[in-house]
Amino acid sequence: MDDNRHDIQTTTNDIKLSHRWDHFLVRIGYKRSSHKITPGIYALGNPREDSPVFVTANYTLSFDALRSSLAGINCYILVLDTMGVNVWCAAGKGAFGTDELVHRVKDTGLKEVVSHRKLILPQLGAAGVAAHEVKKRSGFNVEYGPVRAVDLPEYLKTHKATAEMRRVKFTLRDRLILVPVELTHSLLPVLLVALILYLVGDLILSVAAAVAIFGGVALFPILLPWIPTPNFSTKGYILGALVILPFAIARLLANPEPALWQRIGWAVVYMLALPTLTAFLALNFTGSTNFTSRSGVRREIFTYIPVMAVTFGAGLIFAITLVLIRLLGGSG
Amino acid sequence: MKSAYLSNTLQYNPELCNGCGMCSTVCPHAVFAQNGRLAQLDRPTKCMECGACQLNCPTGAIMVDSGVGCAAAMMLAALRGKKEPSCSVGSD
Repeated sequence: MDDNRHDIQTTTNDIKLSHRWDHFLVRIGYKRSSHKITPGIYALGNPREDSPVFVTANYTLSFDALRSSLAGINCYILVLDTMGVNVWCAAGKGAFGTDELVHRVKDTGLKEVVSHRKLILPQLGAAGVAAHEVKKRSGFNVEYGPVRAVDLPEYLKTHKATAEMRRVKFTLRDRLILVPVELTHSLLPVLLVALILYLVGDLILSVAAAVAIFGGVALFPILLPWIPTPNFSTKGYILGALVILPFAIARLLANPEPALWQRIGWAVVYMLALPTLTAFLALNFTGSTNFTSRSGVRREIFTYIPVMAVTFGAGLIFAITLVLIRLLGGSG
Repeated sequence: MKSAYLSNTLQYNPELCNGCGMCSTVCPHAVFAQNGRLAQLDRPTKCMECGACQLNCPTGAIMVDSGVGCAAAMMLAALRGKKEPSCSVGSD
């Protein structure tokens, strides 16, 4: 037996400081595609030929979630090459898929490592794996475990998942953990937009634009379930209007134009253009959630992108008109 | 968490169902339930078109136009003139 084990690597249940540091880098979006582990067979504890085989992606968060959930369980972990992408996203792309699974089973010689013919996959891998195809092509039966690795110890007692274990959730914690990476990705555009608007000469507008964008990437994920409309665009508009309203009022009350109608004009520009930014970013958040359908998103794009073009365009035209009037000396 | 989302393309033909139960096992939104020997659509509006049920149905009783419901990827694909949206994950 031991002779066949030359390409079986070993792993443990421990999540060390170095792993936590890697997880932190993942969460802030540092080198997103580089959090990989080597595909192949890993031994956890002291597995024997009748020990269970768990399958996962070669993404550090996926692998670490699995191995840390299997404390005290002697088993093998078969790591597929998903190019450093998590199980569900990779399954959606087919990278965590039937072909890769069948290939990896053959490539690693799993049949010589274990005597049984059963693979336990994470449930979300099913979007890329056809269990009956795997059986036909590799001889292994696929058993779909729970959605979350943390439920595995409970699951393994009966090999039956409860309804709760089979459901994805999108809790406040799940949404909060997405915020840092969204912030990282929006930091540069925000600074650029704010700088340009500041140089153009409007400090309030500069700050308000930054708030509209941060509202879309940071506040929106947190408040998502509590904004009472059915789609992301209108939710974004509502949130955007709420965070921009104080700036519009500030612009109305304290600014250089002597004429009231000019100040009202600028307040209208704020309320048209800036919530549109929030709404657009809110629409873009669909891909980070776990419940939006492709046809639903397509419909939302076709319905609301034109609306966004109109509100943003109208705001822009108003703004240019007001600037022109000021430049031409029409101060009132 | 309110998760009904606008529309979906899920279609299920109970006449082809062999009662294996795979669809209700793999669905992360409990769209399918086992009713005696057959699967039944329990919460069809919750479908997010991940495609797991269709892929794992051995008798072809389920059809869904599956894909990832991501506006950013779809708009980027449209701008680049590509048909299939892809996310930035794994490509940078």
